[in-house]
Amino acid sequence: MSLIDPNELAKHAMEGLDPTFPEKAASGVIAVGAKNFGCGSSREQAPLALKYAGVKCVLAESFARIFYRNSINIGLPVIECKGISDAVNEGDELMVDLDKGKIQNLTTRKTLQGTQLPPFILEILSDGGLIQNLRKRMKQK
Amino acid sequence: MNITEKILAKACGKKTVQPGEIVDANVDVVMVHDLTGPLAVEAFRKIGVSKVWNSKKVVLILDHQIPAESVKMAELHKMLRQFAVEQRIRLYDVGEGGICHQVLPEKGHVTPGSVIVGADSHTCTYGAFGAFATGIGSTEAAAVFATGKIWLKVPEAIKFEIEGKFPEYVTPKDLILYIIGKVGADGATYKTAEFTGQTIRDMSVAGRMTVCNMAVEMGAKNGITAPDETTIKFLQTRVPKGKAIVNDWKSDANTKYKKTIKIDVSNMEPQIAVPSSVDNVKPISEVGDVAINQAFIGSCTNGRIEDLRVAAQIMKGKKVKAGVRALVIPASQEVYSQALKESLPEVFTEAGALICGATCGPCLGGHIGLLASGEVCVSTSNRNFIGRMGSPEASVYLASPAVVAASALTGKLTDPRKLEA
Repeated sequence: MSLIDPNELAKHAMEGLDPTFPEKAASGVIAVGAKNFGCGSSREQAPLALKYAGVKCVLAESFARIFYRNSINIGLPVIECKGISDAVNEGDELMVDLDKGKIQNLTTRKTLQGTQLPPFILEILSDGGLIQNLRKRMKQK
Repeated sequence: MNITEKILAKACGKKTVQPGEIVDANVDVVMVHDLTGPLAVEAFRKIGVSKVWNSKKVVLILDHQIPAESVKMAELHKMLRQFAVEQRIRLYDVGEGGICHQVLPEKGHVTPGSVIVGADSHTCTYGAFGAFATGIGSTEAAAVFATGKIWLKVPEAIKFEIEGKFPEYVTPKDLILYIIGKVGADGATYKTAEFTGQTIRDMSVAGRMTVCNMAVEMGAKNGITAPDETTIKFLQTRVPKGKAIVNDWKSDANTKYKKTIKIDVSNMEPQIAVPSSVDNVKPISEVGDVAINQAFIGSCTNGRIEDLRVAAQIMKGKKVKAGVRALVIPASQEVYSQALKESLPEVFTEAGALICGATCGPCLGGHIGLLASGEVCVSTSNRNFIGRMGSPEASVYLASPAVVAASALTGKLTDPRKLEA
């Protein structure tokens, strides 16, 4: 918890579940979770570790709320999608349309519809996070 | 509107708000501590403004790992001290405060009807004073430092109607554990948990804080109790002179709630959250024999003078079981000071418990009181996840101070009502 260097944090991503996660994630992955993903964390270190380990996006049945906000604020896209954990197996190739909240499993050829994020949140994500978004808006003033 | 909606409406300058609506709310207080503060300061620097929006509305607290146990931690504390000086922000340093959620109300930063955000999950504690209070991340806190505002989705609300008188040794901690066990760790996700009923009205500020503190453990966005005479009595000597304490924040009688859950505490047993989730709650009679290695009384959940009094009353003249480490940690300097006046530390010390200075400590397995593999702790804190208090192969049971004190004496999970005199 005293670590604040994101690359250091990344080495510990998901280590309780799968110690090889950082290696698997390094090539660029989408993390898929079940209910209440991110439960028990107000710490931004959680989504930071995932992002810097190579996770591009997190999809889950549902999210714990502080983790959800933290992910958006550091520029890690999160999409709530009912049925996602049954529709995806490790190793499947996925394509995610963030604007529409649409998820395509290219391996099984199934498509799922997740929750669409409001425009100002999509703007935060495309700017790379809340700070970058705020900087941009402050400059515009 | 319910009380939470009224507070958010005022905070964004609207007459009414509805669940689901996204509002831009003015923040009355933003708090960060020693584990979330450093990231917040770093993020703040990147925004490109030189000053926080209002230095009187930002509070920094060192509490989770104090005094610094490593050079790394010491450097982070130093960074926060420098930021406080530079921005003229109040920092509660070692020896000045204690655990953030105890210090903020003690030092008059919390008033009914205010919007308080903190970079810590248990910020929801201040709902006990009729404030809207919720946890946020460090980057978000930095954005609040810069703008003084935060976007919020108005939550739906679940009403908990609590009636009945607590039986002996059954406490607000048991009530909230029972509730979390009943609704589940995601049973109130994104919702307001509004606690009402005669039991709540009769409850002390300390008890209300315990209840609201754990609202986040059922996923709630905020926990809240309506302010009343009890609230005023606690706050009036603490809030700066000239600052109004407005008492009339109440939910309208015809307010619609997503769900109403009625609970009668008259026959409730002490409750235990068994490993390894907070909603894995059982009445103590169903838990069976559990030997313990450590007993921890403290944390923002149950580190107040009322909690220490119950523990001392149970432990007075008795000895902690050989082989058990009993830790007693008051939640603040003020609590510690009051405990000294009541000679409680003498009781704990004579019993063989170790008293530590006000800090979060073992609650999060940070810098003191960690568990080894295979060890068991019964704790008055609020989380029992795998690895929470040290080894991933240790176990944590959550309970009230009365249960923890009784268990320290016997060396196993013990119902205080069954303790031999």
